[in-house]
Amino acid sequence: MKVLRPRSADEALRLFSENPLALPFSGGTDLMVAWNMGSLNGKPVLDLSAIREWIGIRKMPGGLAVGALTTHAELRDHPEIRRNFPLLAAACAAVGSVQIQNRGTLGGNIANASPAGDTFPALAVYEARVRTISRHGRRNIPFLHMFAGVKKTALNQTELIEAVELPFLHAKPARQVFRKVGTRAAQAISKTVAAGLVWLEKGGAIKEFRFALGSMAPTVRRLAAAEAFLKGRTPSSSAIETAAGLLTKDVHPIDDFRSTAEYRLEVSRNILRSFLGT
Amino acid sequence: MARIAVGFAFGAIKKIQFDPCCPWKDAVVADTKDIPGENCVATIEADQPLLAPGRVMHPMEPILLVAHPDRNKVWQAARHVQITYEERDPVLTIEESLARKQLLRGTDNVFKEYLIERGSVKDGFLEAAHIVEGEYRTPPQEHAYIEPNGMAAWVEENGAIVVAGSMQCPYYVQKALKRIFPGRNIRVIQAVTGGAFGGKEDYPSMLAGHVALLALKSRKPVKMLYDRSEDMAATTKRHPSIVRHRTGLTKDGRLTAQDIDIVFDGGAYITLSPVVLSRGTLHATGPYACPNVRVRSRAVATNTPPNGAFRGFGAPQTLFAVEAHWEKIAQETGLDPLKLRRRNLVKEGSVMATGQVLKESVSASEALERCVARASYEAARLSHASVNRKPGPVWKGMGLALVHHGPGFTGSGEVMLASRAAVALNRDGMVSVLAATTEMGQGEATVLTQIVAETLGLDMSLVRVETPDTAKVPNSGPTVASRTTMIIGNILMKASLKLKDKVAKELGAFPTTAKGLKAAGRKLCAKGPLHFEEEYQKPPEIVWNEAAYKGDAYGVYGYEAIIVDLSVDRLTYEVKVDRVFTSTDVGRAIHPDLVRGQIAGGTVQGLGWALTENAVFSRGSMANSQFTNYVIPTFADAPAMDLDIIENPYPRGPYGAKGIGELPHNAPAPAVVAAVRQATGLLITELPVLPEKICHGMLMKKGRTS
Ligand SMILES: Cc1cc2nc3c(=O)[nH]c(=O)nc-3n(C[C@H](O)[C@H](O)[C@H](O)COP(=O)(O)OP(=O)(O)OC[C@H]3O[C@@H](n4cnc5c(N)ncnc54)[C@H](O)[C@@H]3O)c2cc1C
Repeated sequence: MKVLRPRSADEALRLFSENPLALPFSGGTDLMVAWNMGSLNGKPVLDLSAIREWIGIRKMPGGLAVGALTTHAELRDHPEIRRNFPLLAAACAAVGSVQIQNRGTLGGNIANASPAGDTFPALAVYEARVRTISRHGRRNIPFLHMFAGVKKTALNQTELIEAVELPFLHAKPARQVFRKVGTRAAQAISKTVAAGLVWLEKGGAIKEFRFALGSMAPTVRRLAAAEAFLKGRTPSSSAIETAAGLLTKDVHPIDDFRSTAEYRLEVSRNILRSFLGT
Repeated sequence: MARIAVGFAFGAIKKIQFDPCCPWKDAVVADTKDIPGENCVATIEADQPLLAPGRVMHPMEPILLVAHPDRNKVWQAARHVQITYEERDPVLTIEESLARKQLLRGTDNVFKEYLIERGSVKDGFLEAAHIVEGEYRTPPQEHAYIEPNGMAAWVEENGAIVVAGSMQCPYYVQKALKRIFPGRNIRVIQAVTGGAFGGKEDYPSMLAGHVALLALKSRKPVKMLYDRSEDMAATTKRHPSIVRHRTGLTKDGRLTAQDIDIVFDGGAYITLSPVVLSRGTLHATGPYACPNVRVRSRAVATNTPPNGAFRGFGAPQTLFAVEAHWEKIAQETGLDPLKLRRRNLVKEGSVMATGQVLKESVSASEALERCVARASYEAARLSHASVNRKPGPVWKGMGLALVHHGPGFTGSGEVMLASRAAVALNRDGMVSVLAATTEMGQGEATVLTQIVAETLGLDMSLVRVETPDTAKVPNSGPTVASRTTMIIGNILMKASLKLKDKVAKELGAFPTTAKGLKAAGRKLCAKGPLHFEEEYQKPPEIVWNEAAYKGDAYGVYGYEAIIVDLSVDRLTYEVKVDRVFTSTDVGRAIHPDLVRGQIAGGTVQGLGWALTENAVFSRGSMANSQFTNYVIPTFADAPAMDLDIIENPYPRGPYGAKGIGELPHNAPAPAVVAAVRQATGLLITELPVLPEKICHGMLMKKGRTS
């Protein structure tokens, strides 16, 4: 097996362009599963784990930049993340198990593009941007534009994720929620996973509402219709019910061997109802 | 090596072609023509072929075997075999089998049926003030042992075939191989085995046949280790079941009639279905005394991989039904499930449906009362009811079940097995235990050592347990059916007493120190070990009539009461088991920590079956054959447990012990159903109790479906 182990981003880009079929490897928690099933045999591996510049959380103007190789465990425990982006910290604490959190990275989670990626709803409501790099330069991609479908990203061939940028929120939200609904207490794939933020006017009307759901469509979705409907409204029970009804404008859950469309939809609605109703 | 299957459920194989572009010269391929003896994997009958003989009865049925020195090449080679076939419409469910969509077996698709009758259910129903009917369904369950099934084989210079692998029953493997390779010397060795739960009872015989066939053909050692996905898809599962109850009760809840109809899905071949069904049938009434009983049971054929042994062996299915049915009775009559059990449970002198009189060690009432007291059941139920009336994050529920389990083989099974085990004093002064009984994590090596050491008055360090190897140990039967401590322990105790007598006769007293034993070994074992082998002796007072299906189905029963305390999330309908209380009569806890291990493990395994384990079958094969999607509980799912051991000795077991291995799996599922009913008001009669079912039930209650 051919393993390429760049020590810097520049070297990584060079090696990747020389070996365009190589598999970028960060924590390997998704890749090892695929290897075991025999689907990756023979491909060279581009091991990114020695690229120091891509590890860790740094301040940037107006926000934080999370290196692609930052693990779920670091994000889960990091004081700045916990203070400014608690939904992301909560999401990372809900990934797999302690073992998976210790190895799995944010960049790997995004690049893997599973419909059930647990960090995605939080990154969607925080309006994160994904910074990518290739020999042709950098791109700064709005989080929702990162995904093209199940296991499909907007990355070009030989393009890598370098960091995730998290802009600070303009004001402290009145309420926030993260909720993962999996198949068991650990090592669970989400049936639905939600993150929400709401800001209120003095009188109690909704100033801004952001809500995102994972596992409810081929890619993570913001609830554009419900968000627009609630803006400026008081969260009365009838307004909440209307918003809950609007879910299907943006998500299309399915029946599979993990759950049913009915369950996914009703539980997502319940999370939304309770978030706005309490 | 790999085994090649076609993945269709039912049909005829027309042609097999080997793609010439593949380098076949290093590969060894075996098919039915290479089988020197019978093409069968003999268990109870010999209906399951070792390799499909021109037709396929389930999607994982092996057709060809390929061995190659390079593991990757074996998969490549397997992809270069083209099998042309004619597929027929398969029988995939119990309903389709009973409707005879296709005839897979005989004239009615029924592998086996039993009937137990006591009194007259007709009269019982006439006497009844309430008659309650219910139907209960249970799914297949995967064993999820540590390592998947795996086996190696080689041929010795003298022509003997040796197989070694992960297994429960070395002599079963030997018996099966003798029919495939007649006239050959067959030696079977158990390798270190990490769990089985019944899943390595009959399947290792199939795998052993495959590796031995290739070893014989290639004249090289051959090994086949299933990976997890293949193991889950191809090997046995717990039999899915449908059980119907019609129950008559007096006004105050005394049973007047139990009419029970059981159907198990046996899969494509009969394998162990008759005995699984038998145990299910005999436990179907629960630990209750009812004067009028009819139990009718059938195991039917479908085009799915054969279902087999799994901890509890049919009893968890039928006990789930009878225990969940108390909730239905409570729902329809307003009677209290605890009082109903108190009124009907068996006591000393009670008569079971087979006419068996329970003479001793009957702990149903003690188990129930102790468990109820430890869990403060009645107070907790009241406080949960008041929590559930108020707003809050969860609904709370507490549920109860009471079960029994007959350890050892059913009916005349132990007599037919005629198990043998031995102890020997060796020249080096060590005492060895010789039995084919396998250690697989349950601790049998410890317990058998304890029994022998205790009987001889020795420190445990002076006793060693021989590896199960058919060339070295007598046939002590299979390591199944909660029989090891009670049956094999007893045989070893007798053999130990004989050894003790003999040595005492020779030397005046049996030495109990290492030094003394060494001296005894030198003196008495010059020509070889001093060896005492004993055979199982049926206690004369235990009488079973197989033809009439009447009498003492088991020598004794273990009893367990369980209380499950859980919360149902009001937003997500996820069930969290907060606490479990068990009170379990084991006769005598020879090793209390191992007993607690069995109870805790069996409870969590039972909770998995009850709540999350959802084997999805599509066209006869398991669609979710990975741990990602077949959801067994993790440690994070395991609840706090209060494990209360009751010791009500059984005079015919060693030091009073009864079996414990399976009993704990019988109890959790119906208690979960009862607790979920208290929490949500929904009586869910089909396992697993998934949040999706609770969600659907709640939507129906509100008259709204999305
Ligand atoms: C037992 C288990 C449980 C799990 N539970 C969860 C869970 O609860 N929630 C969840 O969301 N996920 C879960 N996962 C999936 C996985 O752990 C996460 O997606 C993790 O974040 C992946 O990160 P990694 O560094 O291990 O990725 P890797 O396996 O290294 O890579 C994943 C993919 O991303 C590509 N890649 C990696 N880094 C980059 C980069 N910098 N630029 C471009 N492409 C890149 C790789 O080529 C590969 O295609 C689980 C996995 C396992 C095995």
